[in-house]
Amino acid sequence: MTLAAATDLAAAANENLAEISNVLIYSAMAVYTLAFFAYIAEWSFGSRSKVARTASALTPKTAAQEKKAPAVTVNQAGGTAVLERPKVVVRAATGSRDVPDGPGAHGGDEKGDLYGRIAISLTVLAFLLAFGGVLTRALSVERAPWGNMYEFNITFSTTAVGVYLLLLALKKNVRWLGLFLTTSVLLDLGIAVTWLYTESDQLVPALHSYWLYIHVSTAILCGAVFYVGAVGVILYLFKDAYENKLASGGKPGSFATSVLERLPAAASLDKFSYRVNAAVFPLWTFTIIAGAIWAGDAWGRYWGWDPKEVWSFITWVAYACYLHARATAGWKGRKAAYLALLAFGCWLFNYYGVNIFVSGKHSYADVGLGALQSVGF
Amino acid sequence: MSKTTTDDDTPKATDDQELGAAGSQLSTAPREDAPNLPSLGVIGWARWFWRQLTSMRVALLLLLLLSLGAIPGSLIPQTGIDETAVADFRERHDVLAPIYDKLGLFNVYSSVWFSAIYILLFVSLIGCIVPRTWQFVGQLRGRPPGAPRRLTRLPAHTTWRTEAEPEAVREAALALLKKRRFRAHAAGDAVAAEKGYLREVGNLLFHIALIVMLIAFGWGQLFKSEGNKLIVEGDGFANTLTQYDDFKSGNLFTNDDLVPFSFDVKEFTGTYERTGPNKGTPRTYQTEVTYAEGADGEEKTALIKVNEPLKIGDAKVYLVSHGYAPVVTVRDGKGEIVYQDAVPLLPLDSNVTSSGVVKVLDGYRNSEGKKEQLGFNAFFVPTFGGSATGTMLSQFPALDYPVLALSAYHGDLKADSGIPQSVYQMDKTKMKEFKDAEGELFKKLLMPGETMTLPDGAGSVTFEKDVKEWAGFQVVQESGEGWALGGAVAAIAGLAGSLFIQRRRVWVRAVRGDDGVTVVEMAGLGRSESAKVPEELGDLAGILYDQAPAPSDSTDTDTDPDTDTDPEAVPAEGAEK
Ligand code: HEM
Repeated sequence: MTLAAATDLAAAANENLAEISNVLIYSAMAVYTLAFFAYIAEWSFGSRSKVARTASALTPKTAAQEKKAPAVTVNQAGGTAVLERPKVVVRAATGSRDVPDGPGAHGGDEKGDLYGRIAISLTVLAFLLAFGGVLTRALSVERAPWGNMYEFNITFSTTAVGVYLLLLALKKNVRWLGLFLTTSVLLDLGIAVTWLYTESDQLVPALHSYWLYIHVSTAILCGAVFYVGAVGVILYLFKDAYENKLASGGKPGSFATSVLERLPAAASLDKFSYRVNAAVFPLWTFTIIAGAIWAGDAWGRYWGWDPKEVWSFITWVAYACYLHARATAGWKGRKAAYLALLAFGCWLFNYYGVNIFVSGKHSYADVGLGALQSVGF
Repeated sequence: MSKTTTDDDTPKATDDQELGAAGSQLSTAPREDAPNLPSLGVIGWARWFWRQLTSMRVALLLLLLLSLGAIPGSLIPQTGIDETAVADFRERHDVLAPIYDKLGLFNVYSSVWFSAIYILLFVSLIGCIVPRTWQFVGQLRGRPPGAPRRLTRLPAHTTWRTEAEPEAVREAALALLKKRRFRAHAAGDAVAAEKGYLREVGNLLFHIALIVMLIAFGWGQLFKSEGNKLIVEGDGFANTLTQYDDFKSGNLFTNDDLVPFSFDVKEFTGTYERTGPNKGTPRTYQTEVTYAEGADGEEKTALIKVNEPLKIGDAKVYLVSHGYAPVVTVRDGKGEIVYQDAVPLLPLDSNVTSSGVVKVLDGYRNSEGKKEQLGFNAFFVPTFGGSATGTMLSQFPALDYPVLALSAYHGDLKADSGIPQSVYQMDKTKMKEFKDAEGELFKKLLMPGETMTLPDGAGSVTFEKDVKEWAGFQVVQESGEGWALGGAVAAIAGLAGSLFIQRRRVWVRAVRGDDGVTVVEMAGLGRSESAKVPEELGDLAGILYDQAPAPSDSTDTDTDPDTDTDPEAVPAEGAEK
């Protein structure tokens, strides 16, 4: 019998740690803002002449130039016996344009490059602060920090920046992502601290399961990577339109030229987002299955067409569509890109839309006592 | 050491035709033929239809339709999920509801049109897998296709001149490629090699696993059973159909399929957050039970928690709800006990304000000695806000200050009218109110241990000190779960193989040039333009180059030095983007 003697087993949330967490998150936002301005500075340098290379690659060459350019250029190393490996020539895939990648956000300008490096350093600092914020939040509640939308948001943006920094550390050409990423991270954290803020607290019984850690952590990671992929897709669409315009003899505006010339070629952006999306698709599949196993334990059925389940499924099918489209003639390129955006839209709706507008068993993710209904209590 | 840097062709030149057989069958994707209309005849049409259905384009459209079709079910209440929400919706929308009914929108996931989409999709899938599997087996039996005429037309290529004999170069290349686990063979003046077949295996495995999962899911639905039972502490349950409060099962389920077991509920424990903004939020819920498998298995104890069902054979017992069951004793005018039981009440809110009915069906005689039935509407709060609040709303879910409110009726409960009755509701059509001194309905608030005396010597009702709790259990029996899980694991493994493994070909051609010096050409082709293909090609070329180096005095292939191309504008330089 519980009666009045029912003991409150739950440990009181450590308010000090929660306070520290809040301070860290706000500091991270301040540093992200500084990083944002540094990225802007990076983009502001670099002259137009230095970056206008797509045009020269795409505009039809004059007959005189045509003659001069040899079919094959073979350079000779002098008669020394240096063993130099043969160089591999790579050509663009069938049907795509041969356009060089842009020089990056700094537009080839040294000062711009310096600001870019400062921006990345600031991003690293902000990431560490935000990471500390997430960590102290977790410590304050003595559990993984994924119990409500506020926690989900701060973890999400921290993960997205982590993915970006990881790609940078792996020497991938992703510096161009910086400005777009910090902008949206600021937005994400802003939403978190203004609308979604929830006092630190422990979990309702339905959320006590190690599948929570597996399912939710992979869901956040997938979202962060899908997000990076979606940014790539959007930039691809812009750059592709720009290249199309140039190829057909049009003259894009000077702002568009200045921005888009710095970015990688459309084909590279397309490849980038494909790789990113394809790489996480198996993990997303796993996330859904882990969720089903958890639902099987918590609710007695592993699949019950709950809104959250439905939208995870829709997101999954939409990404499968995108992957198929890339392998289907007539659907490559822009059409596939729209599908990728649609798929990411589904992911976003599953997170914000379903949590806020649709009621279902998963309504624990927002504030309040929704969890009571969620397990039938 | 020739260093080829530019290759000024229009990109369009490398089309698939030029690659010929070399570029073919790098995947088993169905060929995309234009939707040309078939020549006459039923068979012609059938064949055309089948070809359309199993084309990638239609599979893509069906996938899109599937995701679109799933949307309404998440926005419109579904009978399979929330019956009351559907009833609610019907009440509020008398125009929309019949339309939704016609379209099956209250039951999307078992509606005809939704089923049609996924069945078509899976027919398409099977129609796609079978020929692809044969084709793949054929590819495994055959050999990688020979080198195309012009290797320099391939997406990644390299070339150099060497003093080594062409045969020696080819032999070295064959050995190298075989060592790198390529399937390689010499064909004419070149070596052809291929690697990464696991990609195709993974892809086929993934699609087959999807079918396995669907079948397992369908099978599970057909043989599934699911029953609910509310049990008060101290009571027990045996797994037979008659004992359930409600029971649902799939079309092929038979009652003999029920796993035989029984269990008794010893104690339910719930704890709640005491302080802070989330005061009242549940922290733990668990039930201690003793159970026995089969008709006379040995007795074991177990703890059932929210996320941890008790598994007995194929059956799983879930803890799904809980509430309070105050013990009530009813005495007649002579002081004889006519009723004594724990009355389970249904919670109305998160602080477990509860309601229900106490029904005394037989054994009671009124003050005139006539047989009659008694009914009491019951409201219960585990934590009373104090009489000052004037409401019977609980302030906290734990039993801190329990109060029971009863209002009394007598007459005929119509229990034997043949219509099944809810134990939580009272049919008052033949019931009369007991009246208090003012002529109002007779009702009282009782604390544990208190008794209320009914008017006119009709007897008394005692709210006993011992308030019991009840737990609601769901017993689920499902088969095919193992298959679904196996399919899921296979799907992920296959997917990883399909997306992370590159299937690619490498050709090495070594021929004697016009001047008698051996020219080596190497080229690589991947299914998708991946950075890995040129990287690997460079790697292989480097090793082969060490074995067949360039002549040290070669100065012959000199070229036009006045190329004005901006070195940074070299087309498609750098595979890694
Ligand atoms: C339940 C529906 C389906 C799902 C979720 C699904 C998922 C996938 C995924 C994720 C890929 C990997 C794409 C890639 O290699 O980039 C793939 C490839 C493929 N799918 Fe499906 N698929 C489904 C149905 C079908 C159907 C009905 C067909 C038959 C027409 C089909 C044919 C193919 C083919 C041929 C490939 C290989 C593409 C290639 O190698 O280029 N799929 N599928």
